[in-house]
Amino acid sequence: MKKVINVPEQVVEEMLQGMVSAHPQYVKRVDGFEVLVRANKPEAAKVALVSGGGSGHEPSHAGFVGRGMLDGAVAGAVFTSPTPDQVYEAVKAVDNGKGVLLIIKNYSGDVMNFEMAIEMASADGITVDKVIVNDDVAVENSTWTIGRRGIAGTVLVHKIAGAKAETGAELEEVKRVADKVIHNVRSMGMALDSCTVPAAGKPSFVLEDNEIEIGMGIHGEPGTHREVLRSADEITDHLVDKILADMPLAAGEEVAVLVNGLGATPLMELYIVNRKVAALLKEKGLHIAKTYIGNYMTSLEMAGFSISILKLDSELKELLLAPADTPALVQF
Amino acid sequence: MSGNLYEVISAVGEMIIGNRQKLTDLDAAIGDGDHGINMARGFEAVKAKLQGMEMESDIGKVLKIVGMTLISSVGGAAGPLYGTAFLRAAAPSQGKTELDTQTIGLMLEAAIAGIKERGKATTGEKTMLDALVPAYEAFQDGANTGKTVTACLELAYEAAQQGVEFTKTIIATKGRASYLGERSRGHQDPGATSSYIMLKALVEYLRR
Ligand SMILES: Nc1ncnc2c1ncn2[C@@H]1O[C@H](COP(=O)(O)OP(=O)(O)O)[C@@H](O)[C@H]1O
Ligand SMILES: [Mg+2]
Repeated sequence: MKKVINVPEQVVEEMLQGMVSAHPQYVKRVDGFEVLVRANKPEAAKVALVSGGGSGHEPSHAGFVGRGMLDGAVAGAVFTSPTPDQVYEAVKAVDNGKGVLLIIKNYSGDVMNFEMAIEMASADGITVDKVIVNDDVAVENSTWTIGRRGIAGTVLVHKIAGAKAETGAELEEVKRVADKVIHNVRSMGMALDSCTVPAAGKPSFVLEDNEIEIGMGIHGEPGTHREVLRSADEITDHLVDKILADMPLAAGEEVAVLVNGLGATPLMELYIVNRKVAALLKEKGLHIAKTYIGNYMTSLEMAGFSISILKLDSELKELLLAPADTPALVQF
Repeated sequence: MSGNLYEVISAVGEMIIGNRQKLTDLDAAIGDGDHGINMARGFEAVKAKLQGMEMESDIGKVLKIVGMTLISSVGGAAGPLYGTAFLRAAAPSQGKTELDTQTIGLMLEAAIAGIKERGKATTGEKTMLDALVPAYEAFQDGANTGKTVTACLELAYEAAQQGVEFTKTIIATKGRASYLGERSRGHQDPGATSSYIMLKALVEYLRR
């Protein structure tokens, strides 16, 4: 294992310290917890948004704490859901009386830990609700499984629900909008190469030199299959196909696109992918209202990318284009 | 059951910590490769917590502390599940300093009910329940025929071992491994394995 770290046990702690040093105008630490919240409480009372999950997905989730997006983020151990006490502290720290919405990615562990936090906070009289993001079309969505995983589409939920909360909307309205985004967003990824969890010390999975994994999860969970490396256009074609097969879109509809790097993929390659995404969508008569390119939901140093497509209506579009001011996403 | 509760917990913890790599490798095959890391971190935390406090003879109180510590240190799916299991097992053992077969039966039953409630799973879904439920049933069979605590736990341990073997034959419908569907078959479940390891540590301690 070759990493710029000090000791594996301290990576999350030291990263959080580094984030606070880097962005004191945006985030501060909840003392004694792996929780970052906005440096300044919002001026007017608003619904507070908390997200989180295992670490290793930076800039998710703490990178999106700031005006127009999240109010707090909880950092678990690398690729491991945070514990209920941590989430509970985040909820207490950000609640300002209008309630708290938890944005959870659909993994059993995340759901259970966050639900326990909801029980703890509810016992204190704090109004807490949750939405569960499940955008990964690589996973079969049947009644026999726990459903799809949440991946990069989660960032679009943060953006849009965050913008809605900023308008002063009530908790149930913010939740409604978050659920609409979840309903309208689909993602799928691919990996060229694995990543190594510091505490594990060896790669999560191993790919041959010319082999790629299609549809793996952001913790390196196995995907749909492995195949021989193909061109960017062919891979992109396949992923967009899978997404659109799951969410048919009619000519004339508007979408937003997120081409997300998993950690070790150069922007050059993400742009090459986006070129094809844009062409494919245009071919289908779809209008792209907004494109995000870059590392939004990474998997440590995994090489690869994911594509997310969000179907927009006028409400979602307006909220997506609304301003945001966070360490990892600034939009005017 | 006689014997020192602290020694039992420490024996269980040491065996989990000793199997950190094995549990992690099992999870890497069908999950995300953190089960051993998470469980070891949890039992290290339990060790530190128990060492740092005054000796407590009430078994229920100690188990409650173990449960709370696991909940706040393990994370993932296993944290809430095992944490809840220990918290629930604490109730029937509240105020007790020794355990008989009847109490242990109630503790196992409560622990399993807690796991089922929290995880909304049942047997046959390739989870820790596939080790724990047969273990509980074997324990009760032994208890009903008047066997000693140690003999009942040995039966439970053997049933858990078979339960782990059984997980190899089925596909996962709960937890991260469920994403693999058919491809999860042939692999043994990490959570069932950690449950089996805990029972193994318990039985080995009693045999000493
Ligand atoms: N809903 C559930 N009910 C019971 N056990 C579960 C459930 N989900 C997962 N498990 C158990 O948890 C184990 C995985 O634990 P761990 O790797 O620590 O969590 P995670 O999957 O969040 O990484 C699985 O092997 C399985 O035995
Ligand atoms: Mg795991």
